[in-house]
Amino acid sequence: MKAAVLAVFLVPIAVAAEIPPAERRSGYDFMSRETRAMQDDEVTGPAVLSLLDGEALWGKLGCASCHGDAKASMRGVATRYPKVMDGKLVNLEQQVRHKAPQLAYESRDLLSLTGYVARQSKGMPIDVQPVQPQLDAGKAFFFRRQGQLDLACSQCHDDNWGKKLAGNSIPQAHPTGYPIYRLEWQNMGSLARRFRNCLTGIRAQQYAPGAPELVELELYLMWRARGMKLESPAVRP
Amino acid sequence: MARVVVNVPAEAKKGEVIEIRTLAGHPMETGFRRTQLGELIPRDIIRTLVCTYNGVEIFRADLHPAIAANPLITFNTVATESGTLEFRWTGDNGYSATQSATIKVV
Amino acid sequence: MNRRGFLLLGVVGVAHAQLPPNIQEIRKKALDEAIRKVVGDAQVRTGKVKLDVPPLIDNGNAVPLSVEVESPMTEADHVKAVHIFTERNPQPYVLTAHLGARAGKARVATRARIADTGAVTAIAQMSDGSFWSDTVRVIVTLSACLEEGLI
Repeated sequence: MKAAVLAVFLVPIAVAAEIPPAERRSGYDFMSRETRAMQDDEVTGPAVLSLLDGEALWGKLGCASCHGDAKASMRGVATRYPKVMDGKLVNLEQQVRHKAPQLAYESRDLLSLTGYVARQSKGMPIDVQPVQPQLDAGKAFFFRRQGQLDLACSQCHDDNWGKKLAGNSIPQAHPTGYPIYRLEWQNMGSLARRFRNCLTGIRAQQYAPGAPELVELELYLMWRARGMKLESPAVRP
Repeated sequence: MARVVVNVPAEAKKGEVIEIRTLAGHPMETGFRRTQLGELIPRDIIRTLVCTYNGVEIFRADLHPAIAANPLITFNTVATESGTLEFRWTGDNGYSATQSATIKVV
Repeated sequence: MNRRGFLLLGVVGVAHAQLPPNIQEIRKKALDEAIRKVVGDAQVRTGKVKLDVPPLIDNGNAVPLSVEVESPMTEADHVKAVHIFTERNPQPYVLTAHLGARAGKARVATRARIADTGAVTAIAQMSDGSFWSDTVRVIVTLSACLEEGLI
């Protein structure tokens, strides 16, 4: 009897499951046909100008002197970030900044160059390593209730994806297309900027650009999306 | 550095109707937005796009603040003869951008 | 004017000043005025014009839209201009495309800003002086999770 009562307390409270790998869908699938067409338009889509800028910067900043033609040398690179470089977990923006520190976070030049680099991995599966303890830290962040609205990322993006929030469909939050042209920003932006929007949305503590907490979260989300194809640069509402 | 993109088919048959796509990098600030302090951000938009085909104007568009940032304008023209299409964007605060494309008409 | 009249004037004046502006009405008036400027006294008929804009919009900041007009596009019979308007934006004009017989096909496409749920109207101005239109009612949704200073 005692064992049975104890067993009740030991049964974990039903946590809605993480999305099964086969059911994972990119944010692309939650957009309207017309918005998807904007992403697919490789000639006059909203992200095209940024790519052209990035290509120009690749030449102007001298990246080619070590890396040669980006189409060859940068192929697959974006699928592997965040990763550990020189003992520190960095995302793609940070790695680019490491080589070109004059580019500020969220600056047009950094976004163009990062976008251009990421573009060279378009269509390739996400392939990050499960770096610890950062992966567990990122996962804990994703499941932690935060802010005035006491919401965890998982509550929308694991438990209620596909349903509507303020008229828009809730996506699963796979970072398959960063940096993105977000229609809301009318501009290109990074995953960190998108996180800051989420944190504003749930009225939680903000993190500064480059904060390790956001890079850990990015690692967890990329790990969660492993195998999914990169779409960078994507268009999102 | 005014960034613009034009997409014109390199070659077309005489009399064929071709599609021309243009894209210009510009924030198209509407003049209706306000800063956090409530100040009105002044309008700054592209006002006009003109396209000439071997010197003859074949298309003109008047843009207003309701055109999205980084304006896309797509239109058609008849491929009459080989030559050059010239594109000119003009806008507020002296904005000006040009681009040209050649077409071979067979 | 006697005292009663003066007081009455004051009360009516204050009451009128306190009424908030009816934004919807103002914008509708601006739209009608803008259309009148293009069309004059001529009658605008529905037909010939196909306005293609998504009925449910992900984000009003960039809405792909296109207008195509049935017309032989000859010197004798062509589309002179296509005018696009919205009902609920702060100002009604979106785009005016000046075409002509050399266009071959009377079609223009762009990405527009549509501020709110309402009507989008395209009016074709023909070479014979006639006007044709198409109107689509769209629903504009807001993105969730925006920057600080917004929602």
